[in-house]
Amino acid sequence: MTGHTLTAGPEARVRAAVAAVPDPELRVLSIGELGVLRDVTVGPGGRVVVTITPTYLGCPALEVIRSGITAAARDAGFPDVEIVTSLSPPWTTDWLDETARAKLAATGIAPPPPAAPDPAGGVPRAGAASPEGAASPEGAAEATGVPPRARALPLLTISPRPPYLPGCPRCGGAATEEITRAGATACRSLWRCRACGEPFEHMKGH
Amino acid sequence: MNEPTAPPAGPDAAGDPGARGFTVPGSAGPGFVTRGSGARGLLAEEPGLPGYVLGLGDDALVAAQRVAEWCARAPQLEEDVALANIALDLLGQARALLSYAGELEGLGRDEDALAYTRDERDFRNVQLVELPDRDFAVTVAKMLFFGAYQHLLYTALSSSADPRLAGIAAKAAKETAYHTDHAVTWTLRLGDGTAESHRRMQAAVDEVWPFTHELFEPFPPVPGTVDPAGLRGAWLEPVERVLREATLRRPEDGWAPTGGRRGTHTEAFGHLLAELQYVHRTHPGARW
Repeated sequence: MTGHTLTAGPEARVRAAVAAVPDPELRVLSIGELGVLRDVTVGPGGRVVVTITPTYLGCPALEVIRSGITAAARDAGFPDVEIVTSLSPPWTTDWLDETARAKLAATGIAPPPPAAPDPAGGVPRAGAASPEGAASPEGAAEATGVPPRARALPLLTISPRPPYLPGCPRCGGAATEEITRAGATACRSLWRCRACGEPFEHMKGH
Repeated sequence: MNEPTAPPAGPDAAGDPGARGFTVPGSAGPGFVTRGSGARGLLAEEPGLPGYVLGLGDDALVAAQRVAEWCARAPQLEEDVALANIALDLLGQARALLSYAGELEGLGRDEDALAYTRDERDFRNVQLVELPDRDFAVTVAKMLFFGAYQHLLYTALSSSADPRLAGIAAKAAKETAYHTDHAVTWTLRLGDGTAESHRRMQAAVDEVWPFTHELFEPFPPVPGTVDPAGLRGAWLEPVERVLREATLRRPEDGWAPTGGRRGTHTEAFGHLLAELQYVHRTHPGARW
Protein backbone atom coordinates (compact mmCIF):
# COMPACT_ATOMS: atom_id res chain seq x y z
CA MET A 1 0.00 0.00 0.00
CA THR A 2 1.04 3.59 -0.30
CA GLY A 3 2.57 5.79 2.33
CA HIS A 4 -0.65 7.75 2.41
CA THR A 5 -2.63 4.99 4.08
CA LEU A 6 0.22 4.31 6.44
CA THR A 7 0.27 7.88 7.71
CA ALA A 8 -3.50 7.95 8.14
CA GLY A 9 -3.84 6.55 11.63
CA PRO A 10 -6.55 4.22 12.82
CA GLU A 11 -8.44 7.14 14.36
CA ALA A 12 -8.63 8.98 11.05
CA ARG A 13 -9.70 5.75 9.39
CA VAL A 14 -12.64 5.12 11.71
CA ARG A 15 -13.66 8.78 11.54
CA ALA A 16 -13.76 8.65 7.75
CA ALA A 17 -15.66 5.35 7.80
CA VAL A 18 -18.31 6.65 10.18
CA ALA A 19 -18.63 9.99 8.37
CA ALA A 20 -19.32 8.12 5.11
CA VAL A 21 -22.40 6.27 6.46
CA PRO A 22 -25.28 7.26 4.16
CA ASP A 23 -28.42 8.93 5.47
CA PRO A 24 -31.26 6.42 5.00
CA GLU A 25 -33.75 9.02 3.74
CA LEU A 26 -31.36 11.05 1.59
CA ARG A 27 -28.95 8.42 0.45
CA VAL A 28 -26.90 10.78 -1.71
CA LEU A 29 -25.70 12.44 1.49
CA SER A 30 -23.52 10.94 4.18
CA ILE A 31 -24.20 11.64 7.83
CA GLY A 32 -20.99 13.64 7.81
CA GLU A 33 -22.22 15.90 5.02
CA LEU A 34 -25.65 16.21 6.58
CA GLY A 35 -24.22 17.36 9.91
CA VAL A 36 -25.85 14.52 11.85
CA LEU A 37 -22.39 13.31 12.84
CA ARG A 38 -20.96 15.61 15.49
CA ASP A 39 -17.94 13.86 16.91
CA VAL A 40 -15.89 10.68 16.79
CA THR A 41 -13.33 9.94 19.47
CA VAL A 42 -11.21 6.86 20.04
CA GLY A 43 -10.51 6.14 23.68
CA PRO A 44 -8.25 3.71 25.50
CA GLY A 45 -8.53 0.15 24.25
CA GLY A 46 -9.90 1.32 20.92
CA ARG A 47 -13.36 2.19 22.26
CA VAL A 48 -15.06 4.50 19.77
CA VAL A 49 -17.52 7.10 20.99
CA VAL A 50 -19.67 8.58 18.22
CA THR A 51 -21.86 11.61 18.90
CA ILE A 52 -24.81 12.21 16.61
CA THR A 53 -27.63 14.75 16.60
CA PRO A 54 -31.08 13.94 15.22
CA THR A 55 -32.55 16.09 12.46
CA TYR A 56 -35.98 15.73 14.14
CA LEU A 57 -36.76 14.36 17.61
CA GLY A 58 -38.90 11.59 16.15
CA CYS A 59 -36.65 10.91 13.18
CA PRO A 60 -37.29 7.24 12.32
CA ALA A 61 -33.99 7.06 10.43
CA LEU A 62 -31.97 7.34 13.62
CA GLU A 63 -32.09 3.61 14.37
CA VAL A 64 -30.83 2.79 10.88
CA ILE A 65 -28.09 5.40 11.24
CA ARG A 66 -27.01 3.86 14.54
CA SER A 67 -26.67 0.40 13.05
CA GLY A 68 -24.86 1.89 10.05
CA ILE A 69 -22.34 3.55 12.35
CA THR A 70 -21.76 0.36 14.32
CA ALA A 71 -21.20 -1.63 11.13
CA ALA A 72 -18.87 1.00 9.61
CA ALA A 73 -16.74 1.19 12.75
CA ARG A 74 -16.58 -2.59 12.99
CA ASP A 75 -15.48 -2.88 9.37
CA ALA A 76 -12.78 -0.31 10.09
CA GLY A 77 -11.49 -2.54 12.87
CA PHE A 78 -13.28 -1.02 15.88
CA PRO A 79 -15.94 -3.39 17.21
CA ASP A 80 -16.41 -1.50 20.50
CA VAL A 81 -18.68 1.43 19.69
CA GLU A 82 -20.76 3.70 21.90
CA ILE A 83 -23.23 6.06 20.23
CA VAL A 84 -24.27 9.19 22.11
CA THR A 85 -27.26 11.24 20.98
CA SER A 86 -26.92 14.96 21.60
CA LEU A 87 -29.71 17.52 21.11
CA SER A 88 -27.72 20.71 21.74
CA PRO A 89 -27.15 22.67 19.68
CA PRO A 90 -30.16 21.62 17.62
CA TRP A 91 -29.47 20.37 14.11
CA THR A 92 -30.13 22.86 11.36
CA THR A 93 -30.01 22.75 7.57
CA ASP A 94 -27.51 25.60 7.87
CA TRP A 95 -24.92 22.91 8.53
CA LEU A 96 -25.16 21.57 4.98
CA ASP A 97 -22.08 22.71 3.14
CA GLU A 98 -21.86 23.62 -0.56
CA THR A 99 -20.88 20.07 -1.55
CA ALA A 100 -23.94 18.65 0.18
CA ARG A 101 -26.21 21.26 -1.44
CA ALA A 102 -24.78 20.52 -4.87
CA LYS A 103 -25.30 16.78 -4.37
CA LEU A 104 -28.93 17.34 -3.39
CA ALA A 105 -29.58 19.51 -6.44
CA ALA A 106 -27.90 16.94 -8.71
CA THR A 107 -30.33 14.30 -7.49
CA GLY A 108 -33.35 16.51 -8.16
CA ILE A 109 -33.95 17.86 -4.65
CA ALA A 110 -33.73 21.63 -4.33
CA PRO A 111 -31.41 22.33 -1.38
CA PRO A 112 -32.55 24.25 1.71
CA PRO A 113 -32.24 28.04 1.89
CA PRO A 114 -28.72 29.39 2.39
CA ALA A 115 -27.52 29.50 5.97
CA ALA A 116 -29.25 32.13 8.07
CA PRO A 117 -27.05 35.06 9.05
CA ASP A 118 -27.78 34.33 12.71
CA PRO A 119 -24.62 32.63 14.02
CA ALA A 120 -26.62 31.06 16.86
CA GLY A 121 -27.94 28.57 14.37
CA GLY A 122 -31.46 29.63 13.57
CA VAL A 123 -33.48 28.81 16.68
CA PRO A 124 -36.77 30.51 15.92
CA ARG A 125 -37.78 33.31 18.21
CA ALA A 126 -41.43 34.07 18.49
CA GLY A 127 -42.23 37.59 17.47
CA ALA A 128 -38.75 38.35 16.18
CA ALA A 129 -38.93 39.11 12.50
CA SER A 130 -35.82 37.82 10.79
CA PRO A 131 -33.92 40.11 8.42
CA GLU A 132 -35.19 38.37 5.30
CA GLY A 133 -38.74 38.37 6.59
CA ALA A 134 -38.58 42.09 7.07
CA ALA A 135 -37.52 42.64 3.48
CA SER A 136 -40.97 43.24 2.05
CA PRO A 137 -42.57 39.80 1.84
CA GLU A 138 -45.47 41.38 -0.05
CA GLY A 139 -43.20 42.60 -2.81
CA ALA A 140 -41.37 39.32 -3.03
CA ALA A 141 -44.66 37.48 -3.27
CA GLU A 142 -45.86 39.66 -6.12
CA ALA A 143 -42.67 39.09 -8.04
CA THR A 144 -42.48 35.36 -7.59
CA GLY A 145 -46.07 34.31 -7.86
CA VAL A 146 -46.67 32.92 -4.38
CA PRO A 147 -50.36 32.01 -4.16
CA PRO A 148 -52.42 34.80 -2.56
CA ARG A 149 -53.21 32.65 0.51
CA ALA A 150 -49.55 32.09 1.24
CA ARG A 151 -49.01 35.84 1.31
CA ALA A 152 -51.06 36.02 4.47
CA LEU A 153 -48.55 33.81 6.27
CA PRO A 154 -46.21 36.55 7.46
CA LEU A 155 -49.22 37.65 9.52
CA LEU A 156 -48.30 34.90 11.89
CA THR A 157 -45.20 35.79 13.82
CA ILE A 158 -44.70 32.08 14.46
CA SER A 159 -43.53 31.43 10.94
CA PRO A 160 -40.89 28.73 10.66
CA ARG A 161 -38.70 30.61 8.25
CA PRO A 162 -39.04 33.56 5.95
CA PRO A 163 -40.76 32.66 2.67
CA TYR A 164 -38.25 31.04 0.37
CA LEU A 165 -38.67 30.00 -3.23
CA PRO A 166 -36.30 27.26 -4.30
CA GLY A 167 -35.08 27.28 -7.87
CA CYS A 168 -35.88 24.32 -10.10
CA PRO A 169 -33.09 21.73 -9.66
CA ARG A 170 -33.77 20.39 -13.19
CA CYS A 171 -33.84 23.44 -15.47
CA GLY A 172 -32.69 26.13 -13.06
CA GLY A 173 -35.90 28.11 -13.51
CA ALA A 174 -36.66 30.63 -10.79
CA ALA A 175 -40.46 30.65 -11.16
CA THR A 176 -41.62 27.78 -8.98
CA GLU A 177 -44.69 27.08 -6.89
CA GLU A 178 -45.36 24.99 -3.83
CA ILE A 179 -47.70 22.04 -4.31
CA THR A 180 -47.66 20.74 -0.79
CA ARG A 181 -45.60 21.71 2.20
CA ALA A 182 -45.46 18.19 3.60
CA GLY A 183 -43.60 15.88 1.27
CA ALA A 184 -42.46 12.28 1.43
CA THR A 185 -40.61 12.99 4.65
CA ALA A 186 -41.08 15.68 7.28
CA CYS A 187 -38.05 17.55 6.02
CA ARG A 188 -39.16 17.87 2.37
CA SER A 189 -41.89 19.74 0.51
CA LEU A 190 -43.19 19.24 -3.02
CA TRP A 191 -42.86 21.93 -5.69
CA ARG A 192 -43.46 22.47 -9.40
CA CYS A 193 -41.39 24.45 -11.86
CA ARG A 194 -43.47 26.88 -13.93
CA ALA A 195 -40.85 26.92 -16.68
CA CYS A 196 -40.29 23.22 -17.37
CA GLY A 197 -43.44 21.98 -15.64
CA GLU A 198 -41.60 19.28 -13.72
CA PRO A 199 -42.39 18.57 -10.08
CA PHE A 200 -39.48 18.46 -7.67
CA GLU A 201 -38.74 18.09 -3.99
CA HIS A 202 -37.26 20.76 -1.76
CA MET A 203 -35.45 20.19 1.49
CA LYS A 204 -37.03 22.70 3.84
CA GLY A 205 -35.01 25.11 5.92
CA HIS A 206 -35.04 23.89 9.49
CA MET B 1 -66.17 19.07 33.97
CA ASN B 2 -66.02 18.72 37.72
CA GLU B 3 -63.28 20.11 39.84
CA PRO B 4 -60.85 17.24 40.16
CA THR B 5 -60.20 15.47 43.41
CA ALA B 6 -56.62 14.52 44.00
CA PRO B 7 -56.09 10.81 43.49
CA PRO B 8 -55.21 9.00 46.70
CA ALA B 9 -51.48 8.88 47.28
CA GLY B 10 -50.94 5.92 49.55
CA PRO B 11 -47.59 5.12 51.12
CA ASP B 12 -47.15 2.41 48.50
CA ALA B 13 -47.96 4.76 45.65
CA ALA B 14 -44.33 4.64 44.61
CA GLY B 15 -45.13 1.36 42.96
CA ASP B 16 -42.91 -1.49 41.99
CA PRO B 17 -40.61 -0.54 39.14
CA GLY B 18 -39.54 -4.13 38.75
CA ALA B 19 -43.02 -5.02 37.57
CA ARG B 20 -42.91 -2.12 35.06
CA GLY B 21 -45.95 -0.75 36.82
CA PHE B 22 -48.21 -3.48 35.54
CA THR B 23 -50.87 -4.67 37.93
CA VAL B 24 -52.71 -7.86 37.10
CA PRO B 25 -56.45 -7.30 37.49
CA GLY B 26 -57.90 -9.18 40.39
CA SER B 27 -54.57 -9.69 42.08
CA ALA B 28 -54.44 -9.07 45.78
CA GLY B 29 -52.72 -6.02 47.09
CA PRO B 30 -53.06 -2.29 46.82
CA GLY B 31 -53.17 -2.39 43.05
CA PHE B 32 -56.69 -3.74 43.28
CA VAL B 33 -57.92 -1.05 45.59
CA THR B 34 -56.27 1.99 44.07
CA ARG B 35 -56.69 1.97 40.35
CA GLY B 36 -53.32 1.75 38.67
CA SER B 37 -51.45 2.43 41.87
CA GLY B 38 -48.66 0.18 40.71
CA ALA B 39 -48.11 2.58 37.85
CA ARG B 40 -48.59 5.81 39.70
CA GLY B 41 -45.13 6.44 41.07
CA LEU B 42 -44.07 9.81 42.33
CA LEU B 43 -44.64 11.75 39.16
CA ALA B 44 -48.37 12.18 39.40
CA GLU B 45 -48.16 14.01 42.72
CA GLU B 46 -44.96 15.83 41.87
CA PRO B 47 -45.38 19.60 41.58
CA GLY B 48 -41.71 20.11 40.68
CA LEU B 49 -39.66 19.57 37.55
CA PRO B 50 -40.56 15.86 37.12
CA GLY B 51 -44.28 16.60 37.10
CA TYR B 52 -43.75 19.54 34.77
CA VAL B 53 -41.81 17.45 32.26
CA LEU B 54 -44.39 14.68 32.56
CA GLY B 55 -47.19 17.12 31.70
CA LEU B 56 -45.41 18.30 28.54
CA GLY B 57 -44.60 14.71 27.57
CA ASP B 58 -48.21 13.62 28.06
CA ASP B 59 -49.43 16.57 25.99
CA ALA B 60 -47.19 15.51 23.11
CA LEU B 61 -48.04 11.80 23.43
CA VAL B 62 -51.80 12.29 23.45
CA ALA B 63 -51.67 14.88 20.67
CA ALA B 64 -49.58 12.45 18.59
CA GLN B 65 -52.12 9.67 19.10
CA ARG B 66 -55.03 11.91 18.05
CA VAL B 67 -53.27 13.27 14.97
CA ALA B 68 -52.15 9.78 13.95
CA GLU B 69 -55.79 8.68 13.89
CA TRP B 70 -56.03 10.51 10.55
CA CYS B 71 -53.45 8.24 8.98
CA ALA B 72 -55.07 6.80 5.82
CA ARG B 73 -58.28 8.80 6.47
CA ALA B 74 -57.24 12.41 5.82
CA PRO B 75 -59.20 14.45 3.27
CA GLN B 76 -56.30 14.41 0.80
CA LEU B 77 -53.30 12.19 0.15
CA GLU B 78 -50.94 15.10 0.87
CA GLU B 79 -52.71 15.74 4.15
CA ASP B 80 -52.36 12.11 5.09
CA VAL B 81 -48.61 12.43 4.74
CA ALA B 82 -48.49 15.80 6.46
CA LEU B 83 -50.49 14.70 9.49
CA ALA B 84 -48.53 11.46 9.85
CA ASN B 85 -45.31 13.49 9.83
CA ILE B 86 -46.66 15.92 12.41
CA ALA B 87 -47.77 13.00 14.60
CA LEU B 88 -44.28 11.56 14.28
CA ASP B 89 -42.73 14.84 15.43
CA LEU B 90 -45.05 14.92 18.43
CA LEU B 91 -44.24 11.31 19.25
CA GLY B 92 -40.54 12.14 19.12
CA GLN B 93 -41.12 14.98 21.59
CA ALA B 94 -43.11 12.64 23.83
CA ARG B 95 -40.36 10.02 23.83
CA ALA B 96 -37.67 12.54 24.78
CA LEU B 97 -39.80 14.16 27.50
CA LEU B 98 -41.19 10.95 29.00
CA SER B 99 -37.73 9.37 29.07
CA TYR B 100 -36.49 12.40 30.97
CA ALA B 101 -39.49 12.41 33.33
CA GLY B 102 -38.82 8.75 34.11
CA GLU B 103 -35.19 9.48 34.87
CA LEU B 104 -36.12 12.39 37.13
CA GLU B 105 -38.56 10.14 38.96
CA GLY B 106 -35.80 7.62 39.55
CA LEU B 107 -37.98 4.54 39.81
CA GLY B 108 -36.68 2.87 36.70
CA ARG B 109 -39.68 3.64 34.51
CA ASP B 110 -38.78 4.28 30.90
CA GLU B 111 -40.81 6.01 28.18
CA ASP B 112 -42.75 2.81 27.43
CA ALA B 113 -43.64 2.18 31.06
CA LEU B 114 -44.97 5.71 31.35
CA ALA B 115 -46.89 5.65 28.07
CA TYR B 116 -48.37 2.19 28.31
CA THR B 117 -48.90 1.30 31.95
CA ARG B 118 -50.47 4.35 33.55
CA ASP B 119 -54.20 4.75 33.92
CA GLU B 120 -56.27 7.77 32.98
CA ARG B 121 -55.95 9.54 36.31
CA ASP B 122 -52.16 9.36 36.15
CA PHE B 123 -51.92 11.29 32.89
CA ARG B 124 -51.14 14.99 33.17
CA ASN B 125 -51.98 16.22 29.67
CA VAL B 126 -54.28 19.16 29.09
CA GLN B 127 -57.76 18.19 27.97
CA LEU B 128 -57.49 20.02 24.65
CA VAL B 129 -55.21 17.40 23.11
CA GLU B 130 -57.52 14.49 23.99
CA LEU B 131 -60.68 15.99 22.46
CA PRO B 132 -62.00 13.71 19.73
CA ASP B 133 -61.48 14.96 16.17
CA ARG B 134 -65.00 14.48 14.90
CA ASP B 135 -64.34 16.86 12.02
CA PHE B 136 -61.13 17.74 10.18
CA ALA B 137 -61.78 21.36 11.14
CA VAL B 138 -61.47 20.37 14.81
CA THR B 139 -58.05 18.90 14.08
CA VAL B 140 -57.05 22.16 12.42
CA ALA B 141 -58.33 24.29 15.31
CA LYS B 142 -56.56 22.11 17.87
CA MET B 143 -53.34 22.19 15.89
CA LEU B 144 -53.48 25.97 15.59
CA PHE B 145 -54.13 26.62 19.27
CA PHE B 146 -51.94 23.85 20.66
CA GLY B 147 -49.13 24.33 18.16
CA ALA B 148 -48.87 28.04 18.87
CA TYR B 149 -48.87 27.33 22.61
CA GLN B 150 -46.23 24.61 22.29
CA HIS B 151 -44.08 26.83 20.13
CA LEU B 152 -44.12 29.70 22.61
CA LEU B 153 -43.48 27.42 25.57
CA TYR B 154 -40.70 25.44 23.91
CA THR B 155 -39.05 28.62 22.67
CA ALA B 156 -39.03 30.02 26.21
CA LEU B 157 -37.82 26.70 27.61
CA SER B 158 -34.95 26.55 25.13
CA SER B 159 -33.10 28.88 27.50
CA SER B 160 -34.13 26.90 30.58
CA ALA B 161 -31.59 26.51 33.37
CA ASP B 162 -32.10 22.78 33.00
CA PRO B 163 -29.82 21.81 30.09
CA ARG B 164 -31.65 18.58 29.23
CA LEU B 165 -35.03 20.28 29.01
CA ALA B 166 -33.49 23.21 27.13
CA GLY B 167 -32.04 20.84 24.53
CA ILE B 168 -35.33 19.05 23.93
CA ALA B 169 -37.23 22.35 23.82
CA ALA B 170 -34.89 24.01 21.32
CA LYS B 171 -35.32 21.09 18.95
CA ALA B 172 -39.07 20.83 19.48
CA ALA B 173 -39.60 24.59 19.02
CA LYS B 174 -38.46 24.30 15.42
CA GLU B 175 -40.82 21.40 14.78
CA THR B 176 -43.83 23.13 16.32
CA ALA B 177 -43.23 26.16 14.10
CA TYR B 178 -43.98 23.92 11.12
CA HIS B 179 -47.05 22.40 12.75
CA THR B 180 -48.45 25.84 13.48
CA ASP B 181 -47.66 27.00 9.99
CA HIS B 182 -49.54 24.00 8.61
CA ALA B 183 -52.53 24.75 10.83
CA VAL B 184 -52.53 28.39 9.70
CA THR B 185 -52.71 27.46 6.02
CA TRP B 186 -55.74 25.24 6.71
CA THR B 187 -57.43 27.76 9.01
CA LEU B 188 -57.22 30.37 6.25
CA ARG B 189 -58.32 27.95 3.57
CA LEU B 190 -61.33 26.61 5.46
CA GLY B 191 -62.32 29.80 7.26
CA ASP B 192 -62.14 31.93 4.14
CA GLY B 193 -63.35 29.15 1.85
CA THR B 194 -66.86 28.03 1.02
CA ALA B 195 -69.90 28.72 3.18
CA GLU B 196 -69.79 25.11 4.38
CA SER B 197 -66.06 25.09 5.19
CA HIS B 198 -66.46 28.43 6.99
CA ARG B 199 -69.36 27.13 9.04
CA ARG B 200 -67.48 24.03 10.11
CA MET B 201 -64.23 25.86 10.84
CA GLN B 202 -66.10 28.37 13.00
CA ALA B 203 -67.88 25.54 14.82
CA ALA B 204 -64.52 23.90 15.48
CA VAL B 205 -62.97 27.10 16.80
CA ASP B 206 -65.99 27.61 19.08
CA GLU B 207 -65.79 24.01 20.32
CA VAL B 208 -62.09 24.02 21.10
CA TRP B 209 -61.68 27.59 22.42
CA PRO B 210 -62.84 26.92 26.02
CA PHE B 211 -60.14 24.27 26.36
CA THR B 212 -57.37 26.74 25.48
CA HIS B 213 -57.60 28.37 28.92
CA GLU B 214 -56.14 25.30 30.58
CA LEU B 215 -52.98 25.68 28.48
CA PHE B 216 -52.13 28.81 30.45
CA GLU B 217 -52.87 27.64 33.96
CA PRO B 218 -50.15 28.83 36.32
CA PHE B 219 -47.47 26.36 37.34
CA PRO B 220 -45.72 26.83 40.69
CA PRO B 221 -42.29 28.40 40.22
CA VAL B 222 -39.67 25.68 39.90
CA PRO B 223 -36.13 26.25 38.64
CA GLY B 224 -35.78 25.26 35.01
CA THR B 225 -39.47 25.63 34.15
CA VAL B 226 -41.43 28.38 32.43
CA ASP B 227 -44.83 29.30 33.86
CA PRO B 228 -47.25 29.09 30.92
CA ALA B 229 -49.52 31.64 32.61
CA GLY B 230 -47.26 34.39 31.31
CA LEU B 231 -47.62 33.31 27.69
CA ARG B 232 -51.30 33.88 26.95
CA GLY B 233 -50.84 37.44 25.69
CA ALA B 234 -48.11 36.37 23.28
CA TRP B 235 -50.36 33.51 22.17
CA LEU B 236 -53.52 35.55 21.70
CA GLU B 237 -51.91 38.11 19.44
CA PRO B 238 -51.01 35.85 16.48
CA VAL B 239 -54.00 33.53 17.01
CA GLU B 240 -56.48 36.40 16.88
CA ARG B 241 -54.73 37.75 13.79
CA VAL B 242 -55.04 34.41 12.00
CA LEU B 243 -58.71 34.04 12.96
CA ARG B 244 -59.42 37.55 11.68
CA GLU B 245 -57.61 36.91 8.42
CA ALA B 246 -59.59 33.68 8.04
CA THR B 247 -62.85 35.67 8.51
CA LEU B 248 -63.54 33.71 11.70
CA ARG B 249 -65.04 35.12 14.87
CA ARG B 250 -62.86 34.92 17.95
CA PRO B 251 -65.04 33.24 20.61
CA GLU B 252 -65.86 34.95 23.88
CA ASP B 253 -63.92 33.84 26.92
CA GLY B 254 -66.22 32.11 29.36
CA TRP B 255 -66.44 28.46 30.23
CA ALA B 256 -62.94 27.22 31.00
CA PRO B 257 -62.84 23.47 31.65
CA THR B 258 -59.81 22.34 33.59
CA GLY B 259 -58.27 19.46 35.50
CA GLY B 260 -56.09 17.62 32.97
CA ARG B 261 -52.89 18.59 34.74
CA ARG B 262 -54.31 17.04 37.92
CA GLY B 263 -55.55 13.86 36.29
CA THR B 264 -59.15 14.72 35.43
CA HIS B 265 -59.91 13.93 31.83
CA THR B 266 -62.79 13.96 29.40
CA GLU B 267 -64.88 10.93 28.57
CA ALA B 268 -63.07 10.50 25.26
CA PHE B 269 -59.70 10.00 26.92
CA GLY B 270 -60.33 6.47 28.20
CA HIS B 271 -61.12 5.29 24.70
CA LEU B 272 -57.95 6.88 23.37
CA LEU B 273 -55.86 5.20 26.06
CA ALA B 274 -57.51 1.83 25.43
CA GLU B 275 -56.39 1.96 21.83
CA LEU B 276 -52.94 3.28 22.72
CA GLN B 277 -52.25 0.72 25.44
CA TYR B 278 -54.11 -2.39 24.34
CA VAL B 279 -51.25 -4.32 22.76
CA HIS B 280 -48.76 -3.52 25.49
CA ARG B 281 -51.14 -4.48 28.26
CA THR B 282 -52.19 -7.67 26.49
CA HIS B 283 -48.59 -8.76 26.01
CA PRO B 284 -46.66 -7.09 28.85
CA GLY B 285 -42.92 -7.14 28.28
CA ALA B 286 -43.22 -8.38 24.69
CA ARG B 287 -40.29 -7.42 22.43
CA TRP B 288 -39.52 -7.76 18.78
